[in-house]
Amino acid sequence: MRVIAAMSGGVDSAVAAALAVEAGHDVTGVHLALSQHRQQMRSGSRGCCSVEDADDARRVAGELGIPFYVWDMAERFAEDVVDDFVAEYAAGRTPNPCLRCNEKIKFAAVLDRAVALGFDAVVTGHHARLADGQLRRSVDAAKDQSYVLGVLTAQQLAGTVLPLGSMTKERVREIAAERGYAVATKPDSHDICFIPDGDTRGFLDRRLGTAPGPVVDAATGATVGEHQGTHGFTVGQRKGLGITVGDQRPRYVLGIEPVTRTVTVGTAEQTGVDEVLTGAPTWTGPVPALPFDAVVQLRAHGAAVPCTVSARDGGLAVALHEVQRGVAPGQSAVLYEPDAERGDRVLGQAAVVRAGERHPAR
Amino acid sequence: MTYLDHAATTPMIPEAVAAMTEQLARVGNASSLHASGREARRTAEQSRERLAEALGARPSEVLFTGGGTESDNLAVKGLFWARRDADPRRTRVVVSPAEHHAVLDSVEWLVEHDGAQVTWVDVAPTGEVTADALAAALGDGTDVAVASVMWANNEVGAVSDLAGLARVAHAVGVPLHTDAVQAVGQVPVDFAASGVDALTMTGHKLGGPMGAGLLVLRRDAECTPLLHGGGQERDVRSGTLDVAAIVGLAVATVASTTNRVERAARVAALRDRLVAGVVELVPDVQLNGPPLDAVVAGGPGRLPGNAHLSFPGAEGDALLMLLDANGIECSTGSACSAGVARPSHVLLATGADPDRARSSLRFSLGHTSTDADVDAVLAVVGPVVERARRAGLGRRSA
Repeated sequence: MRVIAAMSGGVDSAVAAALAVEAGHDVTGVHLALSQHRQQMRSGSRGCCSVEDADDARRVAGELGIPFYVWDMAERFAEDVVDDFVAEYAAGRTPNPCLRCNEKIKFAAVLDRAVALGFDAVVTGHHARLADGQLRRSVDAAKDQSYVLGVLTAQQLAGTVLPLGSMTKERVREIAAERGYAVATKPDSHDICFIPDGDTRGFLDRRLGTAPGPVVDAATGATVGEHQGTHGFTVGQRKGLGITVGDQRPRYVLGIEPVTRTVTVGTAEQTGVDEVLTGAPTWTGPVPALPFDAVVQLRAHGAAVPCTVSARDGGLAVALHEVQRGVAPGQSAVLYEPDAERGDRVLGQAAVVRAGERHPAR
Repeated sequence: MTYLDHAATTPMIPEAVAAMTEQLARVGNASSLHASGREARRTAEQSRERLAEALGARPSEVLFTGGGTESDNLAVKGLFWARRDADPRRTRVVVSPAEHHAVLDSVEWLVEHDGAQVTWVDVAPTGEVTADALAAALGDGTDVAVASVMWANNEVGAVSDLAGLARVAHAVGVPLHTDAVQAVGQVPVDFAASGVDALTMTGHKLGGPMGAGLLVLRRDAECTPLLHGGGQERDVRSGTLDVAAIVGLAVATVASTTNRVERAARVAALRDRLVAGVVELVPDVQLNGPPLDAVVAGGPGRLPGNAHLSFPGAEGDALLMLLDANGIECSTGSACSAGVARPSHVLLATGADPDRARSSLRFSLGHTSTDADVDAVLAVVGPVVERARRAGLGRRSA
């Protein structure tokens, strides 16, 4: 196949590109420039697509003897990922920008461009298994990235190659070291790439401004504090609430109401839900017959929870078989079919619209 | 491989490789007083004299530098500093927005860090700067420290009449620098006859080595140094002379200026066939820059090897990649930070719209170009453009 290897400059995508070359594909390396204000040097393990990262990617491509180009996707990224991220927070939701980037940039804008230019597929260094059109969790449970790929459709998966799903991160680093790549020991990136200082609240303050409002205790209705903007909060959050309540029990964010700028807090028990309502789902394959039993993951690195999925109001109603705490609207509910042998298979996903009240009877 | 990026760098001519290689085996610092040093000095000075003759300058006006970027920085900043020191009212720099980044970013640095103001000279739609435009930007010249206008544009190939520009600048007492990196060896360049005060050139654009260039600087021009140290070059530039590179530079410059007329005619004929062939295959292609047969001051008005084309609806980036995959090497303009392509600032300066700028490609032919190179482009350009157009301009609005 003629493939584009998306090369971030990190060890995963370097090894993915190398494995694609060794598998006999005709590989062209592409680094995506996603930031409109590129930093010269990478700082710590945060951020990405600095010039230094592009140079790291170019260096590996040079060793592989493959063509290498930088594709400027900054404008698309700003609109589809960054602006969406800000708008979601403004609406009181908690988005996952990596998932959005996969949905709109890597496996949409990049894949579309690749196909238009005569390529068959895009290779990435995501940790997830993909074979016969079936997307499954990585063998490395700690590094599994199937959650942020859960939004891909069958058509997108048909143009995707994921060489790393059947190996651990440790093995990826070994392969890089065996080939002498300097990125073998490069730190993993984490956090949000377009917020290199890691200060999400500060970033949102700059984009949205501050707008004070009350923090209200759900049990008493009393105002227990003031905040500088609902965008500083996520459902389930405990730290940084800046409140004083009579009893010494910790409080968690239960709800965010941007119109009245009210943040509601409650006790740990009150954060529990056993039903999640979503928007319209996407599926990685044929649309399954509803209802069906599955397991659901409600945030990146979250637990897999047995559930029953049924249709409701154009979206899904996901009945959780175990109570979950801190389910934030805006996150994706990614549905899996358990498979201990070949890895849990991703069925599809839908964005959480509302987490239902806990039903004491269940 | 079809190499059509000679404006980025062109292969060294064998005579320059031989002369330089011979020097690399020798020892001697041209500033040393012993026999080895004297021999190195003799070799360097011989090269300086040959360069001066080829460029219509006096040997004492030829300053060796590390290349075009250094020479541009030295001229723009050095002339600015010296002229402002002589009269503090002179804080203005007059420059064309189509200059190379070595000039533009030097000016920008002076604005940001040294209290300079900039007045932009209007660029003609075809990329050259006229005497009238420079005169308008200079005004009465009393507060102007330095003006800089390139001899030939690296992207669209437009040649300006530097003698005419120098007359206008001198009429209001302003020194004129010109970046002639693309011009030397391609069009007639005579330093003294042009009247310019400072001229940048470099070796690797005309068959010499990389990392070796010149600032040709009039004897009466005051220029504050950028690099301080041994003061080797008229106290304007310090650094041990790279004798081997200087020899390679001199051999290549003499060769390229000596055989310029017949080589330019041959290269221009190839270029004309390339453009005509592309027009036939892609009828809506747009030629940027001056007409192929333009004349300026009795010489070519466009660099003989330059073909700068816009392919509406296709992104230059995508075209470059697809041509590269077909073994054809060209450019989308000047390479930018980490390979991210931006719309050409030169095309934007000529008033082209950003889409036209983004869809442009530069083929630059040179001394090793052949009919087979032109044939190779014509064999694939049709399908390549069609394919790139399918990918569009990469934006939602497209």
